[in-house]
Amino acid sequence: MTLHRLILREIRHRKVNFALSVLGAAVAVAAVLSTVGALRAYDRETEAVIDEMEEATKAEMAKLEDEIRKSMKGLGFNLFIFPEGQDLSEVYAEGFASRTMPEEYVTKLAESGVVTVNHLLPSLTKKLEWPEQKRTVILIGVRGEVPIAHRSPKAPLIDPVEPGHLVMGYELHRSLGLKKGDTVTFMEREFTIDDTYEARGSKDDITLWMNLGECQEMLDMKGEINAIQALECNCATVDRLGEIRAELGEILPNTQIIETQSTALARAEARNQAAATSRAQIEAKEEQRARLRAEREKLAGWLLPVATLVSMIWIGLLAFINVRERLPEIGILRAIGVKGRTILGAFLGRAVLAGVVGGVIGVVVAKVVKLPSVDSGPIIESGEWIAAIVTAPLLAALAAWLPSLAAAQRDPAEVLRHD
Amino acid sequence: MTESNPNTAASPETELSPSALSVANVSKRYRTPDGNVQAIDDVSLSLAPGDFVALHGPSGCGKSTLLLMAGGLLSPDSGVLEIGGEDPYALGAEARAAFRAERVGFVFQQFHLIPFLDVLDNVLVGELAGTSTNGEFRDRARELLDRFQLGHRLHHVPSKLSIGEQQRVALARAFLRSPALILADEPTGNLDAENAAIILEHLGNFAATGDGAVLMVTHDDRAKAAAGRSVEMREGRLV
Ligand SMILES: Nc1ncnc2c1ncn2[C@@H]1O[C@H](COP(=O)(O)OP(=O)(O)OP(=O)(O)O)[C@@H](O)[C@H]1O
Ligand SMILES: [Mg+2]
Repeated sequence: MTLHRLILREIRHRKVNFALSVLGAAVAVAAVLSTVGALRAYDRETEAVIDEMEEATKAEMAKLEDEIRKSMKGLGFNLFIFPEGQDLSEVYAEGFASRTMPEEYVTKLAESGVVTVNHLLPSLTKKLEWPEQKRTVILIGVRGEVPIAHRSPKAPLIDPVEPGHLVMGYELHRSLGLKKGDTVTFMEREFTIDDTYEARGSKDDITLWMNLGECQEMLDMKGEINAIQALECNCATVDRLGEIRAELGEILPNTQIIETQSTALARAEARNQAAATSRAQIEAKEEQRARLRAEREKLAGWLLPVATLVSMIWIGLLAFINVRERLPEIGILRAIGVKGRTILGAFLGRAVLAGVVGGVIGVVVAKVVKLPSVDSGPIIESGEWIAAIVTAPLLAALAAWLPSLAAAQRDPAEVLRHD
Repeated sequence: MTESNPNTAASPETELSPSALSVANVSKRYRTPDGNVQAIDDVSLSLAPGDFVALHGPSGCGKSTLLLMAGGLLSPDSGVLEIGGEDPYALGAEARAAFRAERVGFVFQQFHLIPFLDVLDNVLVGELAGTSTNGEFRDRARELLDRFQLGHRLHHVPSKLSIGEQQRVALARAFLRSPALILADEPTGNLDAENAAIILEHLGNFAATGDGAVLMVTHDDRAKAAAGRSVEMREGRLV
């Protein structure tokens, strides 16, 4: 005859009391674990939802970026580098800058290892009277593209004009009846017309293009230019202009940079807008889920202790009933010399067993049962269910402690006298 | 003390060895909020090994109280009580429990079998008291149960047994460790004549071996007759 045999036989005999104790432990463990597990599942779900939204945003951004890249191709120059201090309202009114900067700036830029811009084109522009023809023209001195030192050469966007040659806008050549190959006098010099442009409906139609060096010489502005045109690199990110300004500002501190409107720009703006909207949506989603989570956490906050306490009271009560039922048994066992702590062990052992069985059942239930409002089942980490199976019998023993102690200290004479 | 009490006349040879039970001027008073009850009043009694003594008297005269004190379950207010020459109340609670397990066997009117243990386990339940749980009493239990005509019922629970059979299981449990003293409180009180006779015969046989003594509380005249000696009690005193 051993103690564990006594415990097991008694359990088999009083199945209902034991089953109810097991139920108490199981319900508490299941409640605690599924709450914790559901919270974690909810967190994982949130992560997945946010990840998915971010993924979708990224894909959308990539698509927009690609469109921007495509529309950037063949765009022509869209960046103007002007001397520092140039009044931009004058530029917008006149179409060019009146202030000048040294021509070496372009060389400096080309040799600097710049990455955010392409195709550097220095120019000197001036509006003046064509003395021989008595009409206003815009004279632009160009020297062709300055190759960027560290890059492989690209096809230039604009061809240079040779000294002694001119390229003429539509309005000029049409009204003067000139064509390619004709010669013309401009400011007392002879020029051959290299090319005549079709109508562009802009200042270009009253523009004369000539060689930059020749232009500087004629205007007595040797070594000076008033703009460098450039094409922004299509590798730039969302804040293109900021990036370009940051880089160019380092190389050419005494300049300012403007970007002209274009479809590419509009698309870039749209992309920025879309990015901001997505970010706001993700944030809203995160916030909504965080709020729901906080509510559930609050629920868990009182559910866990209440479930544990109620279950312990329940187990304690059942232990008390069990002790009451077994008083004659306790009396005779004590009379024949069974020690008080053996009696204590019999009752505590029973509670521990109820805790173990209840704990295991609780874990299984928590793993199987899906709570509503969480799509995936609860996620319970192995440490947690092991802790539950260890803790449940300890708490059950604690709950049954007082009744068990009362049983162990019961005076057998008290029980047996009335026989 | 033996001279002063005519009921304790013992044979000369047993007087040399320690008596199975020696009660000397023992008193016990129950204190209750409604007043005190002098349950035992200066009682002296001695049982030598081999004695089979019946204790009788009106209800409430203190028989059960005396039996519980004799069994080391209820300490006297005054006087000295010895079992096999040793005072159980000089021991601590744990040691006294071990002492009871070894020296005393109890039989009650209500049998007090453990309802969820089978017959064999009920007899062996005393193993829970002590160090030896290696089955040294198994053979002894089977032998006792065979002797009590219960060899074929070893694995039945008490509720499946007749009243007489249940009391024989309780008797086997009391005999398991061959105690020096068997204390029986109305062991035949719930039994018919036939079963009562069987129990009395076994108690008589136990005493007859001369290894231990039996003190039996009873109202039953046949039981008194079966005992070698009869002691009467009134209002806490032996008469
Ligand atoms: N715990 C107690 N508190 C107060 N009085 C008690 C207590 N136990 C017993 N008594 C009283 O002590 C006296 C002796 O009781 P005891 O049970 O020993 O009598 P008994 O001779 O065994 O009676 P019965 O033949 O009815 O079993 C009785 O008057 C009883 O009421
Ligand atoms: Mg009584």
